[in-house]
Amino acid sequence: MPTNLKNKDIISIKELTKSDILNILEKAQKLKQKPQPKLLSGYVLGSCFFEPSTRTRLSFETAMKKLGGNVIGFADPSITSTKKGESLYDSIKIIGQYVDVIAMRHPLEGSARRAAEATDKPIINGGDGANQHPTQTLLDLFTIKECQEKIEGLKIAIVGDLKYGRTTHSLAQALINFNARLYFVAPESLQMPEHICNELKAKKIIFSKHKNIEEIINEVDILYMTRIQGERFPDPMEYERIKNVYILKESMLNNVKKNMRILHPLPRVNEITADVDNTKHAYYFEQAENGLYIRQALLALTLGKL
Amino acid sequence: MSNQKKSPLKDIRAYKVFAIKEGTVIDHIKAGKALQIIELLKLDSNNKIVTLGMNFPSKALKKKDIIKVEQKELTPEEANKVAILAPQATINIIQDFKVVKKFKVKIPTLVEKLLICPNPKCITNNENMITRFKTNVNKNSVKVHCEYCEKIFDQNEIKNYNI
Repeated sequence: MPTNLKNKDIISIKELTKSDILNILEKAQKLKQKPQPKLLSGYVLGSCFFEPSTRTRLSFETAMKKLGGNVIGFADPSITSTKKGESLYDSIKIIGQYVDVIAMRHPLEGSARRAAEATDKPIINGGDGANQHPTQTLLDLFTIKECQEKIEGLKIAIVGDLKYGRTTHSLAQALINFNARLYFVAPESLQMPEHICNELKAKKIIFSKHKNIEEIINEVDILYMTRIQGERFPDPMEYERIKNVYILKESMLNNVKKNMRILHPLPRVNEITADVDNTKHAYYFEQAENGLYIRQALLALTLGKL
Repeated sequence: MSNQKKSPLKDIRAYKVFAIKEGTVIDHIKAGKALQIIELLKLDSNNKIVTLGMNFPSKALKKKDIIKVEQKELTPEEANKVAILAPQATINIIQDFKVVKKFKVKIPTLVEKLLICPNPKCITNNENMITRFKTNVNKNSVKVHCEYCEKIFDQNEIKNYNI
């Protein structure tokens, strides 16, 4: 039985059970198939973005509007009282008195949990520093299920910055629920952190580490690409040496499985070349669209309307 | 005969640890942690006599610190605080020069206020708020898990405390 998510905060993917996740995916699927333009009529979303965001903010705001709700908020904390030194706690306590649900992004880790202590209204975490971004993980799972027509027992490779990327950590943790076979493709200095690997081992999830995409590309159902940021490397020489190893090109797709799909949380810079976009394997733009339905489902569920 | 075999150091150590009429002896503190424990328990400001021994030889810890507090029995809450800084510590309650109670400290499953998160980007280091850590004891290692930034640290990585 999934948890009733009415008035619940969505802070961390680890706090959602498998049945919660499946429930959210199912509700998102229904909203994708059959829009409900009046479902949240009369409700107001507080869109509190203390840090720049394009997709997450716009898709939260569009999700609310497409369900008939209203949106107030800000995309730049310099225009708020934060600039005057107001604490996050006070800001959210006050905003919580105006709105029915809050979607927020903040550069500090743990900020969403702190915000949840300040208000009784549900907080949906749209990213707290390098910590969690649960709506991204849910839309990733939704997309995996959509393009593979199942979610259990898939072979999934995660490529790029696995050390610092919050998306990759949350996805690996969420896939524990679905008995995935995982392949981690990254330079050694950016490999999946030990605490995540220990969690996977404890749950008997099979995973392996690889240094290049070619080693695994023909085996997997999902190739989840992420961006490697140059500034993560203490030694710029090392970045120069490895930066081209993690670029996906059309020529690498010749012998992949027919059902293989490429995902990416976006924005991409150069890690997937443009010629891949037109292949049947590219699925990252559909993935970004799915963010809308996942966020609709979360808004409606936390407001008790689904 | 056996007395002749004892090293002078052993005699001094025994004297320092056990020659107390009433009070508490905190033994098996990892070397270097005793001053922090004294600060943490505010033992320096309770007007009781406190004796601090540092760098005693120890089989298990190689080197250990010992604290002796006269006329004060440590409460279980205070003992729990000691556990975070010195997970192997033992508490000896002394009455009339005898050890009447001896127990190992136990790390609480949730530690509030005491630890400062080593992650500078954790919200707890940027707002006026209390910290909360879950603890996980595995053999000899103690891991602490920040409930806010969700990072897991080895107990040794905690360098600062809210004392």
